[in-house]
Amino acid sequence: MIDMEYKRITLLCGHYGSGKTNVAINMAFDINKSYENVVIADLDIVNPYFRTKDSAKELEQNGIKLIASEYAGTNVDIPALPAEMYSLTDDKSARAVIDVGGDDRGALALGRLSPAIIEENDYECLLVINKFRPLTPDAESTLEVMREIENAGKIKFTGLVNNSNLGEETSASDVLGSVEYAKRVSEITGLPIKCTTVNKKLYNELCGKIENIFPLSLQKKIN
Amino acid sequence: MADKVLMKGNEAIAEAAIIAGCRHYFGYPITPQTEIAAYMAKRMPKIGGCFLQAESEIAAINMVYGVASTGHRVMTSSSSPGVSLKGEGLSYLAGADLPSLIVNVQRGGPGLGGIQPSQSDYFQATKGGAHGDFHMIVLAPSSVQEMADLTVKGFELADKYRMTSMILADGTMGQMMEPVSLDYEIAEAPAKPWATTGTNMEREHNIVNSLFLAPEKLEEVNFERYERYKVIEETEAMYEEYMMDDAEICVTAFGIAARVAKNAINEARKQGIKVGLIRPITLWPFPVAPYKKAADKVKEVISVELSMGQMIEDVRLATECKVPVTLCNRAGGMIPSPEQVLEAIVKANGGAK
Repeated sequence: MIDMEYKRITLLCGHYGSGKTNVAINMAFDINKSYENVVIADLDIVNPYFRTKDSAKELEQNGIKLIASEYAGTNVDIPALPAEMYSLTDDKSARAVIDVGGDDRGALALGRLSPAIIEENDYECLLVINKFRPLTPDAESTLEVMREIENAGKIKFTGLVNNSNLGEETSASDVLGSVEYAKRVSEITGLPIKCTTVNKKLYNELCGKIENIFPLSLQKKIN
Repeated sequence: MADKVLMKGNEAIAEAAIIAGCRHYFGYPITPQTEIAAYMAKRMPKIGGCFLQAESEIAAINMVYGVASTGHRVMTSSSSPGVSLKGEGLSYLAGADLPSLIVNVQRGGPGLGGIQPSQSDYFQATKGGAHGDFHMIVLAPSSVQEMADLTVKGFELADKYRMTSMILADGTMGQMMEPVSLDYEIAEAPAKPWATTGTNMEREHNIVNSLFLAPEKLEEVNFERYERYKVIEETEAMYEEYMMDDAEICVTAFGIAARVAKNAINEARKQGIKVGLIRPITLWPFPVAPYKKAADKVKEVISVELSMGQMIEDVRLATECKVPVTLCNRAGGMIPSPEQVLEAIVKANGGAK
């Protein structure tokens, strides 16, 4: 299991549906093991359902502060962000995880925070990738999405999170098979693979077979 | 593409439509179906197709009418309030006997309602959807895989019967992600000798129209159309039965409600309650046969719906009121929980033991 080194701010961006929210929540829990004052922020202005806010209770129980639109999960269908969002860059005593919305459209909201994040220069901007998403099946299409996000979010990526999965049907061989894809993305983007995520059910099976495994203990599920 | 991919329900519809040969998409954004348009906007330009965001839902459905007239596969998608706006166009498509596909990813209503999932457009979808005597083929997917499968099926049925197929999904089905396999053999679309494809001065010109000057003629086309509907009712109804063989209580539900119901049924079975599920896959034609069969052996039918009770009327008709049909529901964007459905099952079984 990888011992992740976290900067003060960890940004998670990526293609729509690549699993950013799930990774973000799991990383927040991971950071919470070593640090006081952990904050997770939902910057998603695109997705109407399945939000970081759905995990509000677990986060609160573990003392992780959640910054989210007060409208997330309600019928107010407007891309609003709370003013509290500015505390992410103002309050430098907190360790922050920022769950950015999908694609370039979702990353637009990040552009407002990027200058302060870059100025402070204590951040990791991670591209979450999933080879089983139909529009990013290969390194080339992933690179295209990456460039669009960088342009919209006004910040450069510093690493990759290989989150290749097929939801609950993910098998160990699916994850193993995704390593080649992640390496190829790493090659053409020049970004290091920070970790490969696996469902904790598959962890034992894959332990030692993949570098930098990050087990996901919290999985969203409906019905 | 035999390998599975992880898709949102909305994306699965869009990709399946492209696989089925649809190269024309017209729409106007509305939550919770916007990913269909977003996906089409990305994909269509790469495959020589046309994605066009219309100035309104009304414009979009009339663009569908235009392309359908030329015989090409065409679609639009929206969510509840937007589908109401398309109503006039749906009636014109029916009046002109044009094949098309429309997707309704339902949200809570009435009015502007909300953006959370709902099934409260059942009446609108199955009882015509606008003015005049007409039906649409209404398909109700219950998984992301079915979102894709029924989209392909919808195009095929639309062409076969020259009418509109509607995918009646809900916000949850549109937004949830599941692995899907998009491995289809797409049959060639039937010949469309009625299409306005240009005469080359070699044939009489075709007219696509829903206006009839003589009422006798209009009556005749209505009669003809209903003969076609009769064939559809007899041959195209689709449903799934789950644990119905020995069932004494029948739960019935479609779409997301059927998934909740299955969880509740599995739990009830653990408690020794003999309960099963009838899940209509086509809502029009409504699958009458399994209900007729069930009516002779179960003591109660429970209709689980994300509405104030709409499908329940068809269930009562199909069971010919031989057994009590009760409602287990949430409305306004809320989803019944498996516990709520289980409670209804236990009650139907005579209460907690």
